[in-house]
Amino acid sequence: MQPYKPLIVAFCCNWCSYAGADLAGNNRLSYPADVKIIRVPCSCRVNPMFILRAFQRGADGVILCGCHPGDCHYTTGNYYTRRRMSLLFSMLDYLGIERERTRVEWVSAAEGAKFAATMNDFAETVAALGENKRLEDLRCKK
Amino acid sequence: MQKINREALIEKAAALLDAGTVDRVLAWKRGEFDYDVTPGLFTTREQMEAELVFGDFCGANMSKYLIKETLKGEGKVLVFLKPCDTYSFNQLLTEHRFDREKVYAVGIPCEGMLSVTAIKAAAGDGISKIDVTEEGVVVETLFDGTKVFGHDEMLAERCRNCKSKRHVAYDELMGEEGEVLDSARFDEVAKIEAMSSEERFAFWQGELSRCIRCNACRDVCPACTCEKCVFGNPDSGIENKAITDSFEEKMFHIIRAFHVAGRCTDCGECSRVCPQQIPLHLLNRKFIKDANNLWGDYQAGEEVGSRAPLVDFDFDDMEPGEAVIKNGGEQ
Ligand code: SF4
Ligand code: SF4
Ligand code: FES
Repeated sequence: MQPYKPLIVAFCCNWCSYAGADLAGNNRLSYPADVKIIRVPCSCRVNPMFILRAFQRGADGVILCGCHPGDCHYTTGNYYTRRRMSLLFSMLDYLGIERERTRVEWVSAAEGAKFAATMNDFAETVAALGENKRLEDLRCKK
Repeated sequence: MQKINREALIEKAAALLDAGTVDRVLAWKRGEFDYDVTPGLFTTREQMEAELVFGDFCGANMSKYLIKETLKGEGKVLVFLKPCDTYSFNQLLTEHRFDREKVYAVGIPCEGMLSVTAIKAAAGDGISKIDVTEEGVVVETLFDGTKVFGHDEMLAERCRNCKSKRHVAYDELMGEEGEVLDSARFDEVAKIEAMSSEERFAFWQGELSRCIRCNACRDVCPACTCEKCVFGNPDSGIENKAITDSFEEKMFHIIRAFHVAGRCTDCGECSRVCPQQIPLHLLNRKFIKDANNLWGDYQAGEEVGSRAPLVDFDFDDMEPGEAVIKNGGEQ
């Protein structure tokens, strides 16, 4: 049997975290190939629905990366992200969805190493949880 | 029993109609049964005398109807508002959903509304009449005679945990003004939080899987006023009128509650109208409780123009990872 590999969706803001991922690549730092990056203009572009849709389509974990607080390209976007995700993640926890399946991390364009380390750590955490059973849409898994 | 009766409302409304202050009246209208009350629009005393009711089954919150009604004519609409309804009224004003100039709001006192579901559960089948008297709730049944229940035991959940008997908006007040109450409305949420993750999952699975996606909770919600709703979008992944998968149940309910997070006044209408008795208020209250817990107490609708927590921030807000722990407790 193949060892279980979680599918991870990473929303990365264009100005910091996506560039951070690029840097990780340029520096040949490795992170799991099952991390699928979706580029968004700003972390606050991520509607809670995006996170749920990712789970619907088969993600086992969803991580949202943006510029460090204070460094958002649009000045304040990530402050709103922080509040929004605090509520969303608490709600998921309340519904009994494992809280380790969601995460927010601030990664700057200079932090290629942090990007790789974050993804490795998150993939490991999610792998330990196993497949996402509580929030899946079986029709999308065919 | 309510302190104010239908006659008083009719007198007040007829006087305002006669004086030309308003030209139509939004109030409660008789339905098929005593407990089956529906929102109605009246323009004459005769209509009101025939069909306007006020009593212990007038839970319906009239404020949302103002959006469409105020667009219909130049004259003012008279609306009767219970204390909890006035919070929704203010919230709608904050969001510029209707023109305040076109409304004449009369605040009325409320002694708590009864839950038809609770009465049906207690009295059994074949209810032919429900009277609310000094004695309590007197229920006549076809098969089992007359039964009497205590008023407080039959209160709707939202009224048992009423947050305020004070009106936060009105042009005129009938009866005595009440106070903001110390309610235990978050206790139930805390109980669920204290369960293990597996228990919480099972609890919500049990509740949400009963949903038939009638969308009544959205339709009645005074905060859900979008002309185009996300649940009508074929690309949303949850546009189906019937839920086909357990994922959709959760997605629908998370999104519905999230869309009103920070704006929900906790009026309790969603739980009242749900034909499946799903405790939707427990989702809304979770958001309210968490927002209070993280960013300080905030009551939507208390003040017109106040800034809701999700459209605001602090530089030193907590990170989401820590916030989940703070809101849910260590596990
Ligand atoms: S569920 Fe969301 S999109 Fe639909 S009416 Fe309510 S707030 Fe608007
Ligand atoms: S009112 Fe009840 S059954 Fe209808 S959509 Fe809302 S939760 Fe589901
Ligand atoms: S642009 Fe990166 S978080 Fe806003």
